Amino acid sequence: MKKLINKPEYVVKEQLEGIALAYPDIVKVHFDPNFIYRADAPVKGKVAIVSGGGSGHEPMHGGFVGFGMLDAACPGEVFTSPTPDQMLEAAKIVNSGEGVLFIVKNYSGDVMNFDMAADMAREERIRVLNILIDDDVAVKDSLYTQGRRGVGTTVLAEKICGAAAEKGYDLKKLANLCRKININGRSMGMALTSCTTPVAGKPTFELGEDEMEIGIGIHGEPGRKRMKIKTANEITELLALSIIEDKSYKRTIREWDEGKQKWVDIELEDPTFKPGDKVLAFVNSMGGTPSIELPIIYRKLHEICEKRDLKIIRNLIGPYITSLEMQGCSITLLKMDDEMIELWDAPVKTAGLRCGM
Amino acid sequence: MSKNEMTITKEDIIEWLKTTAVVLEKNAQYLTELDSPIGDADHGFNMNRGFKKIMSKLPQVEDNDIGTILKAVGMALITSVGGAGGPLYGTFYMDAGKAVAGKIKLSTNDLIALLNAGLKGVVRIGKTNLGDKTMVDAIHPAVEVIRKTLANNKDVIKALHCMTDAAYKGMKDTIPMLAKKGRASYLGERSIGHQDPGATSSYLILKTLLDTIESRHKSK
Repeated sequence: MKKLINKPEYVVKEQLEGIALAYPDIVKVHFDPNFIYRADAPVKGKVAIVSGGGSGHEPMHGGFVGFGMLDAACPGEVFTSPTPDQMLEAAKIVNSGEGVLFIVKNYSGDVMNFDMAADMAREERIRVLNILIDDDVAVKDSLYTQGRRGVGTTVLAEKICGAAAEKGYDLKKLANLCRKININGRSMGMALTSCTTPVAGKPTFELGEDEMEIGIGIHGEPGRKRMKIKTANEITELLALSIIEDKSYKRTIREWDEGKQKWVDIELEDPTFKPGDKVLAFVNSMGGTPSIELPIIYRKLHEICEKRDLKIIRNLIGPYITSLEMQGCSITLLKMDDEMIELWDAPVKTAGLRCGM
Repeated sequence: MSKNEMTITKEDIIEWLKTTAVVLEKNAQYLTELDSPIGDADHGFNMNRGFKKIMSKLPQVEDNDIGTILKAVGMALITSVGGAGGPLYGTFYMDAGKAVAGKIKLSTNDLIALLNAGLKGVVRIGKTNLGDKTMVDAIHPAVEVIRKTLANNKDVIKALHCMTDAAYKGMKDTIPMLAKKGRASYLGERSIGHQDPGATSSYLILKTLLDTIESRHKSK
């Protein structure tokens, strides 16, 4: 293993120390429990948004803390979800009294820890709602699995909801918007190489010199299938068609019902993509794929969307939700309505994403 | 409690926790390797980190009753392990502790109640069924067997042997299973042929209970 680190056990902590030094105008860092939060928190009159997850996906989530996006991000160990005390303490610091939205990626560990944190926060009289992101079409069913994983749509949901919170959305309206983004976003990823977690010190999985893994998760967890490597055009087509042709996806998820004051099961169903839809196209590097290769993917994606009469009205290209040094990419298509477009265009100022200010 | 029935003391429980920390440290690499092909290669390290935290907290709570100690163990795991393992094992010890609240020694019925409450907690938090290829596949048969064995014969050490054998078999039974929970579930058929790391750590924890009780009570 070759990595620019001092000691595997110190990777998360030393990264946080560096971030605190580099962006003091945007964020502050709290240690033990660990979280990054807005330098100007709590922001009066605004619903706070807290996300988090295992480390190793940078700039998500810590790099998205700041004006127009997250109020706090809780990083776990590499690829390990954070613990409830992190989210609880973060919620206490960023809550202005308007409540807190937890944006949670659908992994069993993340869901359990964020659910526990929400219960603990409510015991301390903080209003909290959890919204799940489960957009990875590589996972076909939810009956025999944890359900679809949360991937690329998470970044888009954090940006759009962040803008909505700045605009004054209340907690309930913000949660509804986040759920709407989730069911309208779909993603799929692939890997050319494995990744190596600092503590394990060796690659998480083996992939032959001429092989690729289609439908990879963001933790190096194997995906839909392994096959011989193909050209960028062919790979883009594999990913894009899986997304565009994805059938309507139904699943039951758990959300907190503020009226009933208990967790309830709700059924969600994703609409399918239709000709004429306006979409945001997000081409993401898994971390190891250089920037020169991403426009090659985007080029083909653009052609495919055009052929199917999907109008790409906004795009995002770059490494935003990564898997350490893994080579590969993911594509996310988010069907946009006017509300989402307006919020997407709103200014944002974070270490990882900045526009309009 | 009958006269010749063995009781498990608070010191036994503390020793069980301390030995578990040693066993999980020794097996951290092994558990992580089991977690690599079907998970995300962190289970052993996470459990090791959790039990290190427990070791640092134990001196502050070991003057209390067994229930309080186990609840503190659960909270230490919830706030240090992360992943699914934190809430699942944290709840195991928390709920086990609640089942023996206030006690400084345990009858055989208390021991069964402790283990059963822990199992129920894991099932509740994980929404897990037997056969999903999870830690429940080791703990569930273990609890069933110790309950049945102690119903016929009050020999605790013998019952703990039967429990450990059942956990071992449950752990090995996860190999041909198709995972239905956690990250391994995304692999579908490719999860078949791998032993579940959570079932393995559960087996190690239960085996450590046997080893601790056996060595402490034989030497008396």
